[in-house]
Order: sequence, then C-alpha cells, then structure tokens
Amino acid sequence: MTLDTYRHAFQRFTENGGGSPSWIRPLREAGLDRFVRAGFPTRKNEDWRFTNLQPIATGEFRLLDPPEALPGLDALRPYLFGHEDWPRMVFVNGRFVRALSRLDGIPSSVQLLSLREALDSQREVVEAHLAKVAVNAPSAFTDLNTAFMADGALLVLPADAVLEHPVHLVFVTAPGAADGATHPRTLIVAGRHAQATVVESYVSLAEQRYLTNTVSEIFLEEGARVNHCKVQLESEAAYHVGTIEAWQGRSSHFESFSFAMGGALSRTNVYTVLDGEGSHVQLDGLYVGHGVQHLDHQTRIEHAKPGCTSREIYKGMLDDRSHAVFNGKVYVRAEAQQTDGKQTNRNLLLSETAKVDTKPQLEIFADDVKCTHGATVGQLDELALFYCQTRGIPLSDARTMVTYAFAADVIEEIQTRPVAEHLEALVRERLERGSARAE
Amino acid sequence: MLEIKNLHAKAEDNLILKGIDLTVHAGEIHAVMGPNGSGKSTLAQVLAGHPAYEVTEGSILFEGQDLLESEPDARAAAGIFLAFQYPVEIPGVSNAYFLRAAYNEKRKRQGLDEIDPIDFMDLMEEKLSLVNWSSDILSRAVNAGFSGGEKKRNEILQMAVLEPKLAVLDETDSGLDIDALRIVAEGVNSLRRPDNATIVVTHYQRLLNYIVPDYVHVLFGGRIVKSGGKELALELEERGYDWVHEVAA
Ligand SMILES: Nc1ncnc2c1ncn2[C@@H]1O[C@H](COP(=O)(O)OP(=O)(O)O)[C@@H](O)[C@H]1O
Ligand SMILES: [Mg+2]
Repeated sequence: MTLDTYRHAFQRFTENGGGSPSWIRPLREAGLDRFVRAGFPTRKNEDWRFTNLQPIATGEFRLLDPPEALPGLDALRPYLFGHEDWPRMVFVNGRFVRALSRLDGIPSSVQLLSLREALDSQREVVEAHLAKVAVNAPSAFTDLNTAFMADGALLVLPADAVLEHPVHLVFVTAPGAADGATHPRTLIVAGRHAQATVVESYVSLAEQRYLTNTVSEIFLEEGARVNHCKVQLESEAAYHVGTIEAWQGRSSHFESFSFAMGGALSRTNVYTVLDGEGSHVQLDGLYVGHGVQHLDHQTRIEHAKPGCTSREIYKGMLDDRSHAVFNGKVYVRAEAQQTDGKQTNRNLLLSETAKVDTKPQLEIFADDVKCTHGATVGQLDELALFYCQTRGIPLSDARTMVTYAFAADVIEEIQTRPVAEHLEALVRERLERGSARAE
Repeated sequence: MLEIKNLHAKAEDNLILKGIDLTVHAGEIHAVMGPNGSGKSTLAQVLAGHPAYEVTEGSILFEGQDLLESEPDARAAAGIFLAFQYPVEIPGVSNAYFLRAAYNEKRKRQGLDEIDPIDFMDLMEEKLSLVNWSSDILSRAVNAGFSGGEKKRNEILQMAVLEPKLAVLDETDSGLDIDALRIVAEGVNSLRRPDNATIVVTHYQRLLNYIVPDYVHVLFGGRIVKSGGKELALELEERGYDWVHEVAA
C-alpha cells in the first residue's frame, strides 16, 4: 500500500464521518502527516532491526466495519476467563458493541464508555490526555492509529476510586475480516490513589489475515495503582502492532503483563515514564511462538525522577521456526538519583530452528543508581529431562513439564488469578500439542 | 534379578567401565565401593540409561529382559530406581506435582486410574514420615535451592513413593551429618522386602553400619577388583584404597 493510498483512505474515512468530532480533526491530520512523511520504519531503524515490516507495509488493508452478523456471547465465552460477571467492553472489528458488553458493576463515579461516545461527551478529559503520552516515542504506528482511530475504551477513575473487579476490554475480529485493519485506541486515567485492573484481549473468530494496530495510553496520578494485562491471541495469519504507554506520577504503581501467542507477526511496545518520586513499575511478559510466528517486544522504562524502582521479567518460549525479538531499554535521567532497576529476559528454544534476538539496554545518566540487567537464551535442560525419565515419566511428558514450569514461573506474576490460570492452560495446551506432533 | 556381564562403557571417547560382572538377586543388598573416579557413578548412570554413556560391550539383564534396549523411563517402569549422587533441580515444578506425576505413571502402567488428590496426600504423609519430613517440602520446586542433605532426603522420598524393585543409591550418604544419615538409612531399611534389592554405592564404610550389605564389591579403574562379604568394607576402611591398588596390580 503506498503512502498516498493512506491519504485517500483518510479522506474517505473523514467523509464517512469517521474523523469526527471536528475538534479532534487537527490531531488526526497531524498524525497522518507525520505518518505519511516518515512512512513505515525499515530495518535500518534501530527499533525495528530484527522485524521486517514488509508484509504490513506492502499489504492493502481496508478499514473494517462491524460485520453484518454480530457474533454471539457464546463465541466469546472461551475468552472471558470464566468471568462473565466482570465489567466488559466488547469491540467487534474495532467497534464497540453494547449488546455484548456489560457496563454495570462499577461505581457510578467511574466512567467507562466507548471512545467514540467519549469524543463527544467527555471532550475535556479526552482532550487533556489523548495522544499526550503516546507522543514520547514517535512511532509510525501510533501516528497511524491517531489518524484512523475509530473506537476504543475510555476509563476514568476519580481520586480514591477502587474497582473491585478487573475491567475486560475484548477486541474481537469477526469472520470475513480478511485484509481489514482496525486501529483501536484506549485511554485510562487513574486519579490520585485510584486503583484498577484492566485486561485487554485481542482475539479472532477465524483464521484470517488482517491488521490490528492498537494504542493504549495510561495515566497514573499520584498514588494510583493500575494493573494492566494484555492477552494477544490473534489469528496466526494476522499482523498485530500494539503500544501501551504509561505516564506515572509520584508514588504510583504500574504493573503490566504482556502475553503474546498469536499473530503471524506481532509487535508489542510497552513504555513508561516514572515521572514522580517514589513510583514503581513492574513490566512482565511471556511470548510463546511456534510455526513461523514472529513475536517482537520492545519495552522502555524511563526513570525521570529520583527514588523510583522498576522490575522487569520477560520470558520467551520458541518452537519450530518461530522468531522472537526482545528489546528492553532502561533509561535513567541525570535527575533520577537512587534509581533501582532490575531487568531480565530469559528465552527457551525448543527447536534447532527457533531464534531469538535479545537486547537489554541500560542508559544511565545519574551516578547514584542500582541497575542490573541480563538476558539468556538456552535449550531445555537435558539433565532435568533425564531425571524425570528415571522417575518413570515419559520423555514427551517430561519435556512438557519442564517447559511449562519455565513459563508458569512468569505467569505467576499476574495478580488476577483467573487470567493467570487461563494463560497457564493455553500454554499447557500449546505444549501438549507440540509434543504430540513431535512424536 | 540383575545380571551385568562384561560391561564396557565410554563417555566422550573415554572408556570408563572396562568389563564389569555383577549379579544381584532379590532380597540382597550389595555395596559398591571404590576411590573417586573409579567409575561407580558411571555404573549407576548406565543402569539408569543416561544418554551420555555408550555401552560398547557386554550386557545387562533385568528380570531376564535386555535393559540396554530400553529408554530411561521404561527402565524406571521395569522397577529400577537411581538415587542420584547429584540430584537435579527442576525450577518451577513442585515436589508434589512431580511425585504425583511419577506415581500416576506407575499406576497407569498397572492399569489403575490416577490417584485421588486426597488419597495422594495420605500417601505423602505416610512417605514423608519415613524420612522424618514435614509436608512443607511438597510445595517447593524439585531440589531447587535444596541443601545437599535435603536433596538426598528427597531422593529417598521419591524412592519410598515409587517402591522400586531395584534401588541404586549413589553416594546417598555423602554430605550427610550423622542424624540425616540415620534417617536416610532407616528409610532405606524400612523399604526392604524379600522381593526387592539394593545397590549401595559409597565411598566410605560409614553408611554400611546402618545399611548392612550382603556383598561388598570394590570398583577400581572401571573393574570390580575384589568382592566379599560385609567384612570387606571394614578391611577397606582399615587399609585404605591403596591396598586395592596392590590387589588390582
Ligand atoms: N559424562 C562424562 N564425560 C566424560 N568423562 C566422564 C563422564 N562421566 C564420568 N567421566 C569420567 O569417568 C571417570 C569415572 O567417573 P565416575 O563414574 O563419576 O566415578 P566415581 O563415581 O567412582 O567417583 C572419571 O575419570 C570421570 O572424569
Ligand atoms: Mg560418583
């Protein structure tokens, strides 16, 4: 798709009312301009060195509309973690579907609504926050999203509001979406000392090639706590690029988990700025690849103020000819004394042909800091497998057991048990299928 | 039960076992002694089927079956258990999960259903008391971060759960203080039955005060250079392994 086509698409998008309301028009146009000027990044760009975007750059993707026939709740049930009772917003082909959603069960002071509605009814809070964090790391995909975002979620928690249950945002691609694209946009604003857990799921109801380009912006005011979990289970023929950007005020606490198991090509960016003293971030993730999947993660933790702590554990498990990329940057500004940061990335290669490119990076401009980082790429411990066998456990089961333990260890970091259990089951199922195939 | 004949085994072009003959009958306890590097662990690992060792000559029959043809898990299924000199850590897999998986494999082979979780806990309680241990150990990852003594005790716990026909204990005594040694020995003795057998591999005579062998074999340079009754262990203790050099020469 040439960049000109994106200009034409934008024109059609706005002519069909997609660009409204008018106050947001300049933001969209600025996004489109930056995107068209810079184009899709190539591998010469250090941030994309190991990920070839040609399939996305050359593909023709039309903007998706909701399908004629909406899926029923039954089709979604496998993705709801056994908790239909949680507040939930369902987006089908990028558009909010009220009939499949459940907006009750949250305090009346908390706002949870679709971005499409919010652009009209909540201009003040949206205008104050939208595209305010997601500008720190200039990205073609974020710009593209800003131009074409059609819907998404807005969650606003006033000071001291505490959500009892996780809010589940389910982004579903319906059958018949081949060669389509969605650009969902989510905005979470947690006021002082507010607390919430948000789970974003990306799923497809058919094996098909499409593009999801999603952006979530999260603001944590002083003392706020946000627990965010992203579950990427796209079709294995699909492309997925997702950016999560957080801004953290004083003494705030942000936990993020990124789980990636779907997609032909997927890239998740998780960026946060520790912009208030005493704030804390924990970024964890797990990517599980097989076949010819390409799974890329880029994280960036910016310590901008003194006395903040960051913890990061990403793990990867790659089988067949899958390829994973991890690029984790911890950036400590001169002002950010007494920074305490720890980052690890561990990868397990389950086949001779799987591959990982890992690059943990530290950039430190302050002198009083305690930062460590490390990355490993290894194979299954043959001795552990033999040990299991000597106890009568067949090799394929031993393999599943030891591999599973590797993954379960990081999934444990997820505070929301039903989500952790669901992911554990998915990993186990994938491993069992893999070892059944190997026999 | 076990018949080893003219066993030769190598690892990385290094011939380690150079013609071992050893016969073990049901109900017997055999001690295999010898200085460091004589090939004791290699013999134990070859019995268990460690892939690093290649048998170049000789045979091992277990209850009349050719053992060398089977995978390590099939050997375990046949009733062979090796208590490792260096037990392996399995991070992330709890002891309870591991023991249950191993135990259920055994039940499966006997045509039984998986054990009910409550029955399993009862079984664990019984087996833990054999090694004088509390159930806290069940939730810890297999051997991960265990002390040397804990690892050895864990081997005996696994053995107690699996009730093998032939147990090979590779230096289960090394690194244990006298109390732990007694606990381990009592565990082994209480599992003794007329229809099972034990091979105790050890460096020192000490353990043999608690687990009294019927036969003692001295391994040296990959060969059994001397066999005898339990008094041979005492003689070794007294005269040291230099004496074996002379015997071997
Ligand atoms: N996997 C292996 N690869 C190469 N050499 C080995 C291996 N295992 C044992 N050896 C060598 O074989 C000899 C006997 O070792 P081992 O059986 O461990 O002796 P012991 O248990 O009697 O102390 C030693 O010289 C040791 O270095
Ligand atoms: Mg040894």
